[in-house]
Amino acid sequence: MPQVTTERLKILRGKIYELMELYPSYQAALLPSFFVAEEIFGFISPEAIGEISNVTGVPAAEIRGVASFYAMYKTKPMGRHIIQLCTNVSCMIEGAYDLVEYLKEKYGLTPGGTTPDGRFSLVIMECIGACGTAPAMILDTDSYENLTKDRLDTLLESYK
Amino acid sequence: MDERIILRNTDDPLNASIAGYMAHGGYKALEQAVGELTPRDIIDEIKSSGLRGRGGAGFPTGMKWQFASLDPKFPKYLVCNADEGEPGTFKDRPILEHNPHLLIEGMIISAYALQSTRGYIYLRGEYPHAKRVLERAIEEALASGYLGNDILSKHFRFNLTVHSGAGAYICGEETALLDSLEGRRGLPRLKPPFPVNSGLWGKPTIVNNVETFANIPYIVSQGAKAYASIGVKDCPGPKLFSVSGRVNKPGVYELPMGISLREIIYTHCGGIKGGGSLKGVIPGGISTPIIAPENIDCPMDFVHLPKYGSMLGSGAVMVFDDTVCIVRVYERAMKFFEHESCGKCTPCREGTAWMRAILGRIERGDASERDLETLQDVAENVTGKTFCPLGDGAAGVLLAAMKTYREEFEYHIKNKRCKVQ
Repeated sequence: MPQVTTERLKILRGKIYELMELYPSYQAALLPSFFVAEEIFGFISPEAIGEISNVTGVPAAEIRGVASFYAMYKTKPMGRHIIQLCTNVSCMIEGAYDLVEYLKEKYGLTPGGTTPDGRFSLVIMECIGACGTAPAMILDTDSYENLTKDRLDTLLESYK
Repeated sequence: MDERIILRNTDDPLNASIAGYMAHGGYKALEQAVGELTPRDIIDEIKSSGLRGRGGAGFPTGMKWQFASLDPKFPKYLVCNADEGEPGTFKDRPILEHNPHLLIEGMIISAYALQSTRGYIYLRGEYPHAKRVLERAIEEALASGYLGNDILSKHFRFNLTVHSGAGAYICGEETALLDSLEGRRGLPRLKPPFPVNSGLWGKPTIVNNVETFANIPYIVSQGAKAYASIGVKDCPGPKLFSVSGRVNKPGVYELPMGISLREIIYTHCGGIKGGGSLKGVIPGGISTPIIAPENIDCPMDFVHLPKYGSMLGSGAVMVFDDTVCIVRVYERAMKFFEHESCGKCTPCREGTAWMRAILGRIERGDASERDLETLQDVAENVTGKTFCPLGDGAAGVLLAAMKTYREEFEYHIKNKRCKVQ
């Protein structure tokens, strides 16, 4: 997890100012700022929330409220790689829950949990728009489809 | 020659770049629109084409544009709803990833017609690849003078930004999307006022689906008449169908509006996987009521499907064969609705949780005879008591499934196990 330093906070601040240019209100920069905070700190850290609040003028309590509304934001520290596995209907009927079981057996991963070595976190998704090639997942920022246990194994091996 | 309109040239990997897109005749419609037509001409053309919004509700696009255009307030905002979160839906993805300039050209023409100077593409967070493609495409369009402050040297200004969502289904509902774009929790707003009069930051805002915008260049360049000759009366044009589930060839298909469900499944998707028998089809995403096998000759459009007790929705066809347990499908669907309920309206927030709990009992074999009655009662008490269609959808699809597949629910309760396994 990257440490919080004044240098990193300064980078975040600069990015927020850039984002604010794209909208007629400062508050609209919140959602994109969260992604930037995650990129810099690994999650939306309390210090990042403080910085976003200082720059945009939106109270920290409201910022936490907004961030926690959206399922994809990392509001707590997570593993190095995020497995976002879909289990919605089309993936379910093609065996997504077998993959959930398999991740539990092989890596000790439970939905919402992180492996002890901090390598993977598992997030269950609500439809990622890959229903025709189910079951599917997003690993960090790449989509993988037509998953089987073997394929999942091979893929995870390449993420250290 | 690729006969398709929306998915045209998507097999060509170069089509995602501006050079590739222009080699296929891209941006001609924009040049024609800005060079020869007035904004009023374009709105009239869209109106007479009969184009209906492809996001699910099927509202006439030309009418929506006219409402916004008649509102004297400025600036006007143009928003593309690229938050396709409806389970089973992946129809916009090929446009976003393989035909981004078609969407952008459609949006620029729309902006010209509506005299909008600022646009946003609200893209779901689950499409990181599409985000990279779109951002690159926007940069290319800027560099070529199709976006920016003096488009085609015609004193026409339009700028476009990709705004990423972060995994909230409710933000596909247009007023919740606007709240989300303004940097808030995505909660639906009370209508009226409608976004065309009071949308983003209280200004007139036109929200259209990705696929809707992708139809615009064709209508402008080939004319409303040519467009209206595709599909059926009252519902013209091509439609994207994203087919998933137990078929041999799932995927996104561009077919004329009004094609029958049977043709989609058996002619285009190669029939049922493994030679099983068809048990039921969801025609337009998980929020549209399931259709029994005896009704699959229904035409797939906004006008005819309601006569079969369902809706076209997003055109997301989910096919179930006899290996699929309907109770399990709706337990999972209700889990989804419970998770995605924004919590604003009590009947939806509490109702979806109770329905999920009861369905869970039935699925596990812990339910009593009375649970079916209770389930029905809860569903009926959610219907019509919520701000946005999420609650209605959740209750409606369950009621339809319980009606058509009642015997399967009863089997679960009586035998404490699934009929399928």
